Amino acid sequence: MTLLFRNARLIDPEAGTDSQGDLLIRDGVIAARGETGEYDTHAADRVIDCAGKCLAPGLVDIGVKVCEPGERHKESFRSAGRAAAAGGVTTIITRPDTLPAIDTPEILEFVARRAREATQVRVLPMAALTKGREGREMTEIGFLLDAGAVAFTDCDRVVADTKVFGRALTYARSLGALVIAHVQDPGLSRGASATSGKFASLRGLPAVSSMAERMALDRDIAMVEMTGARYHADQITTARALPALERAKANGLDVTAGVSIHHLTLNEIDVANYRTFFKVKPPLRSEDDRMAVVAAVASGLIDVISSMHTPQDEESKRLPFEEAASGAVALETLLPAALRLYHAGAMDLPTLIRAMTLNPARRLNLPQGRLAIGAPADLVLFDADAPFVLDRAKLRSKSKNTPFDEARLQGKVLGSWVGGTRIFDANVVESETRDA
Amino acid sequence: MAFTQDHLLGIEPLSPVEITTLLDLADDYVALNRSPDKHGEALRGLTQINMFFENSTRTQASFELAGRRLGADVMNMAMQTSSVKKGETLIDTALTLNAMRPDLLVVRHPQSGAVDLLAQKVNCAVLNAGDGRHEHPTQALLDALTIRRAKGRLHRLSIAICGDIAHSRVARSNLILLGKMENRIRLIGPPTLMPAAIGDFGCEVFEDMEAGLKDVDVVMMLRLQKERMDGGFIPSEREYYHRYGLDAEKLAHAKPDAIVMHPGPMNRGVEIDGSIADDINRSVIQEQVEMGVAVRMAAMDLLARNLRKQRAAVA
Repeated sequence: MTLLFRNARLIDPEAGTDSQGDLLIRDGVIAARGETGEYDTHAADRVIDCAGKCLAPGLVDIGVKVCEPGERHKESFRSAGRAAAAGGVTTIITRPDTLPAIDTPEILEFVARRAREATQVRVLPMAALTKGREGREMTEIGFLLDAGAVAFTDCDRVVADTKVFGRALTYARSLGALVIAHVQDPGLSRGASATSGKFASLRGLPAVSSMAERMALDRDIAMVEMTGARYHADQITTARALPALERAKANGLDVTAGVSIHHLTLNEIDVANYRTFFKVKPPLRSEDDRMAVVAAVASGLIDVISSMHTPQDEESKRLPFEEAASGAVALETLLPAALRLYHAGAMDLPTLIRAMTLNPARRLNLPQGRLAIGAPADLVLFDADAPFVLDRAKLRSKSKNTPFDEARLQGKVLGSWVGGTRIFDANVVESETRDA
Repeated sequence: MAFTQDHLLGIEPLSPVEITTLLDLADDYVALNRSPDKHGEALRGLTQINMFFENSTRTQASFELAGRRLGADVMNMAMQTSSVKKGETLIDTALTLNAMRPDLLVVRHPQSGAVDLLAQKVNCAVLNAGDGRHEHPTQALLDALTIRRAKGRLHRLSIAICGDIAHSRVARSNLILLGKMENRIRLIGPPTLMPAAIGDFGCEVFEDMEAGLKDVDVVMMLRLQKERMDGGFIPSEREYYHRYGLDAEKLAHAKPDAIVMHPGPMNRGVEIDGSIADDINRSVIQEQVEMGVAVRMAAMDLLARNLRKQRAAVA
């Protein structure tokens, strides 16, 4: 079975190139790459004319919350899979902050099976670092790795006890497991729902200094230096934390960092009159911070952009700001929102796409995220320029808590493929399927 | 008309002209309240519901009296003991009350922004009687009226706001209002009780009270908000009183005719010396209470006029 993408604008994050060309797929893997018109269209079983639109590796999204088990009314594997496919995300790395937490091989296997049955998008689960995400005892990291866990994280909970965290890091290192941590000093950030500054003071919201992020990162880097563990900070969102990250990398520690799409495209002022769809964790930052982290993505200091997809139902958002739940859905808006950075001239397309494909794939030792010969044909075809206004009611996620409702975005996904199989086609009207 | 608001959620949306319009009308109501027949007709036929999700005696009584004097039907809801305790959300409570067709909803809530949220869900005029640490607009307006009557103007005055700024919605509303009217504002208090980024607010900040009070026209004291603190902002009340409590010695640094204000209820011997509070030559604390009723009458009158106009336009 061969598939030929003709006349594409190939965005290659590995080579850092943005050029016209054709891509030939055979049996689910990339078989050849050449000039436009180089391959005989009759020799391929199927031909897709890309009409000069962008063809890139499918996105690899670290830190997606699918609410199975526990809160399937907010998001199921089926709905998350549809949202991901429509957003050009072909691999989702799920979070273990479910109810109950994914902290045993049995729960992990349940999740993996549900995912396989419900969606064609690749789903790779993360497991909790400590039992119940309570920060007291490490989970069965070995068994969980065997069951398919790709990384270990307590999500938005910080393991406050450094003895516990140190042991978990040491044990994880012995197995080569990646630990992903949330960097917020738990004391300083207690009760906060905004970043301290003029805006939070005027709104009277309990706020946390941006220093809380640097404090936690400093602590974690010291722990990594002590244990030699493989470490990834889930979200670096402030200018103050960047020098610490830079030093850690320069010192040769196995440290990488991510940032959520919301912290790259929104700032604290967007909360305006207490709009709870803009309440995320950590809270949105100042414009200075946002610009600093955008520059850090452009320079490669911050490695990964993720959606931090967090479905919340209307009830948990229709509350006073302090009481409202945190988080936003973003699988479907990740790529168009990220393209704002490209259109604003902050970075070129290969750099932007690299942070959502090659870098996360490399960090997790996955073969995805490349246009190289022999790589899996997980691809996204998108029009980087097509403008649209987002209507949250049309999102495929069960929860519609997006901060981009009615926002003008530029960049439409036209198609997504996993292993050479088409999983999304913008020209085909999808039938609503009842969720199993 | 110079007042175009549908709600009174804060001072922030008000223009200087709207503030002046409201204060001018409040002056008329002060006269009415001092006359033997205290009855007006401005709110006749309208229903006013007071929803207080947080304890209040003074503000609630003031709003109730203001509504009754202008002929409204006033109902007080004690929200702390109602269905909220049974798990009903704020929005459901609002929708339930909205179905009873009130015209004026007076709301106090312990969380910042809760009154904004509620105002989006009802079709009547909403007055913020204090939300969390955000705003308390009628308090700032009554303070402004008190200052204007005592000083003869509401601009180019040097005004010190002293004490627990961080937890105070009164301080925020006053800061915004007095800034809009072009006064010089000084904030005095320990740094632990100052909001973050206070340097960006366009006022002078003092940690030393005597230096901060030097030559000011108005001294506004704030209550130490013990209920809003989660511990450890100040070492002790007696040290606080020693450094930031207003006594005759500290007040001597202000102008000789400086007035002393306090939004109440006072913690005597914590933020203010009892003899200063009772000094009829300096303290305008009782006037503030009187102005409170008049300002609330004016606010509800203006909102009711806009509400009637709007409904007439629809009908």
